[in-house]
Amino acid sequence: MKEYDVAIVGGGVTGASVARELSRYRLRIAVFEKEEELAFGVSKSNSGIIHSGTQNQPGSLKAKLCVRGNLLMRRISRELGVDFKEVGSLIVAFTEEERLELLKIKKESEALGVPGLRMVDPAWLKKHEPNLSDKAIAALYAPTTGIVSPYRLVYALCENAAGNEVEFHLGSKVKKIISLPAAENIPRFKIFTSKGDFRARYVINAAGLYADEVSKMAGVGGFEITPRKGEEFLLDKKREHLVNHVLYPLPTKISKGILVIKTSDGNPMIGPTAHDVSDKEDLSTSDEGLREVLENVKKMIPTIREDDIIAYFSGLRPVAGHDFIIRHEAVAPGFINVAGIQSPGLTSAPAVALMVRDILKDNGLSLRKKIFFHKYRRKENHLFSIPFEKAGKLIKKDASYGDIVCRCEMVSAKEIRDAIDRGATTLDGIKFRTRAQAGRCHGSFCTARIMKILAEKTDKPLTEITKRGKGSEIVKEERGND
Amino acid sequence: MIERELVIVGGGPSGMAAAIAARENGVKDILLLERDQYLGGILNQCVHTGFGLEYFKEVLTGPEYADRFIKKIRGLPDIEISLRSFAVGMTGDKVVTFLKPGRMERVKARAIIMATGCREKTREMVHIAGTRPSGIFSAGFAQKLINIEGLLPGKEVVIVGSGDIGLIMARRFVLEGAKVSGVVEIQGQSRGLVRNIVQCIEDFDIPIYFNHKISRIYGRDRVEALDAVRVDENFNEISGTKFALKCDTILMSVGLIPENELIEMAGVAIDRKTNSPVSEELNKTSVPGIFVCGNSFKVYDIVDSVTRDSLAAGKLAAEYLGRARA
Repeated sequence: MKEYDVAIVGGGVTGASVARELSRYRLRIAVFEKEEELAFGVSKSNSGIIHSGTQNQPGSLKAKLCVRGNLLMRRISRELGVDFKEVGSLIVAFTEEERLELLKIKKESEALGVPGLRMVDPAWLKKHEPNLSDKAIAALYAPTTGIVSPYRLVYALCENAAGNEVEFHLGSKVKKIISLPAAENIPRFKIFTSKGDFRARYVINAAGLYADEVSKMAGVGGFEITPRKGEEFLLDKKREHLVNHVLYPLPTKISKGILVIKTSDGNPMIGPTAHDVSDKEDLSTSDEGLREVLENVKKMIPTIREDDIIAYFSGLRPVAGHDFIIRHEAVAPGFINVAGIQSPGLTSAPAVALMVRDILKDNGLSLRKKIFFHKYRRKENHLFSIPFEKAGKLIKKDASYGDIVCRCEMVSAKEIRDAIDRGATTLDGIKFRTRAQAGRCHGSFCTARIMKILAEKTDKPLTEITKRGKGSEIVKEERGND
Repeated sequence: MIERELVIVGGGPSGMAAAIAARENGVKDILLLERDQYLGGILNQCVHTGFGLEYFKEVLTGPEYADRFIKKIRGLPDIEISLRSFAVGMTGDKVVTFLKPGRMERVKARAIIMATGCREKTREMVHIAGTRPSGIFSAGFAQKLINIEGLLPGKEVVIVGSGDIGLIMARRFVLEGAKVSGVVEIQGQSRGLVRNIVQCIEDFDIPIYFNHKISRIYGRDRVEALDAVRVDENFNEISGTKFALKCDTILMSVGLIPENELIEMAGVAIDRKTNSPVSEELNKTSVPGIFVCGNSFKVYDIVDSVTRDSLAAGKLAAEYLGRARA
C-alpha cells in the first residue's frame, strides 16, 4: 500500500494551495479529487474576486486570512504566471443610512488591516465608474481588491505542485478512512478510495461540500456543511467596460450581496444569489434567480440588459456556521479539518495554506525544506489577452497559434493542445483553461474540432470524449456502427 | 501593409456571390477570407434538398448549390481566395487583421464586404432554468456532428423551437434511428417553412407542441428529461399544464442572430435588438465603404435570397469603388 506523509482530500483552491505550499518541504504528498479534473467542485463556480478584506467579522478567521491572503496572492500569481489584476472595489451607498454603514465598515476594516480605504463622492464615481447609477451618494473604495481566474489559479497551483513532486489522484473518491492507534513509523491513516487504498501520516480535509462527510469518516463530527447556492450570470465580452471595479451593495447577513464583477476573462459577471439548499449536487439555475440578480444589479448599473447575458451557472458555497473551520482534531490525531471554506475562501487560500502548514508543524510533522523547490511556472499564452502584434510573433514561432478554433474567444489549436498537455481531459477542462466554448455561441462552432483534438491527443474514440467526466459523453455513437 | 481594393470576409454563399458580382462589375483586386478549409460555409452540412428552387429553378442539395458558385468563382481571375483565414480585427479605416496557420496579416482595404452569416441562439439566450448537463446542442451543431463528423449526438431527442434547422434535424434524427419525442414551440405557429413542417414533422408523426415552452432541464451529467408547459399569449406559464418529456438530447432551434462583432469593433452602428447593422439602405452601414450582405445583414429564410442580396452588395461595392455606375 502506497504511503504518504500528507494526504489532501479535495482538489479545489484550498487543497491546491495547501499542496503547493507543502511541496516546498521534503514530504510525500498526495491530493485526492473525486471529480475527473481539478477545480471541478466548489472552485469552478467562484467569481474570481480577491477581496480586500472588508465585510468580514472582526476577530474571525475569515477577517485575518482574507487580508493576509490578498497580500500573498500577488506574489503567488507572479510566481505561477496567473493573471492577477488589482482593479479595486466599491461598496455603494444609496441612502444616508447606508453611507453611515459604510463609515462603520471602513473603521472596522481598517482595524483588520485593510489598506487604502477611502470614501468617494458622486463626482469621483461619475468619473471613475460612469455607468453607475446617479442615485449613488457615496461609496467605500478599496483599492486592493483584485481579480483572477479561479480555475486557472487552481490549475497553476497544481501544475507547480506536481512539478515539485506532489501526486494527484483524479477521479478518486475517498470512501473510508481508518485511523489506527499511534505506532512508531506506521502511518496512522488508511484511506480507501474508488481508485485504490493508501496510507498517510496526516490527512488534510479540504473536501468542500463533502468536508463534513469526510470528517465523519475519520470519526470527527461537530459540524455540518450546508450548501448555499449562488446563481451567477455572465455578460458578453462586448460589455467588458461596463464597470471598472468590482461593485458591491451593502452586505447582507449571509452574503456580500449581489455584485457586478469585473472578471479576468473580460466578461462582466452579475450575481450571486445566496439561498440555502439541501442537495449538494443541485447546480440548477432558476427563473427566480435570474430575476433577483437583474433586479438588484440594475439598481447599481441601470444599463445592464437581460440580452447581454451569454451564460449562467450556479455554485454551492460550503457553509459551516459563520466562520472557516481550520483545526487539528485531537480525537483523530493527525487529521486536520479545513472546512466551511466559502467566501472569502479563494482570497484566503494562500493564508489558509500557511496556517495548515503551521498546524502540521505544531502537531509533530517535521518540515525540512527541499534543496530544489521550483518556485516558478511557465506561463501559458492566451491570444485573447495579448495585442495582435504579439500574437503575430507567436504565430511565427508556432504556426498553430494562427489556427483559430474558437471564434468567439479567439482560441487557437495550439492553446487547446497546450491545455491538454497541461492536464485537461474533458471539454470543460479545456474551457476553463482556454475559454474555448465559453463565448457567445456556446461552443456550437468549435466543440466538434476540440473533440477531435482531444480524441487525437488522448488516443480515445470520439464517443468517449466527455463534458466533465464519465456519464457526460457528448455523442452516443458513431453513425453506421449498428 | 498590403493594400487591396476589396476584402470580402466569409466564403459561404453570400461571400461568393458578392465576390462574383464585384468582379463582374469591374473590381479587379479582390481578397476573400474564409475561415474553414473549404468554401461553401454552412451549405456543406445541409445535405438535404430544397436549395436553388428560386435562383436556379432546380432542386439542389446544399453542397450542390455551393458547388455551382465554387466552380464559378474559381474560374474568375483577380479573386484571391485565402482559406483557413480568420479575421480577428477590423478598424474604421478598413484595416482587416486576420490569422492563418503560420502568419498574421494586415490588409488595408478600400472597401469591405462582410458576409459572415449568422449564429444560432443558445439555451442561455432564452434562459431555460435547470441543470447544465451534456446533451444540449444547437440544431446546427447537431447537424454538423451527424452530417460532417458522422456522429450521433443522442437517441431520444426533444427539439426546442421550430426553426427550419430544428425541423430538418427532427427528420434527420428519425432517419438515423433516434426517437424524436416532440418539438416544443412557444409561438402559436411554426417559424419554419411550411414545406419543412409537412415533410419533416407531419410525415414522420412527430408531436409538435405549439404555445408551449420548456420550463426546466433535468440531468446531472447528461440530459435526462425536461418539463414543458403551456403558455398564454404573453408567454406566461399556465399552471397545471406542465408535463415531462424524457430525453437524452435537447436541440435548440430558437432563432438566428447576424454575426457582426467584427464591424462593431470597427465602429459600425449595430442595432442591439437584431444585431444587424443600423442601415437605411440594403447592404449599407454607417461607415461608407463597409457593406454587409446575406445573413449577416439580416437573416433570410432561404439561400436563394441570400444570393440575390449578396450579388447586389457586390455591385454596390463596385459602384463605391468607382468601377461600376449606379
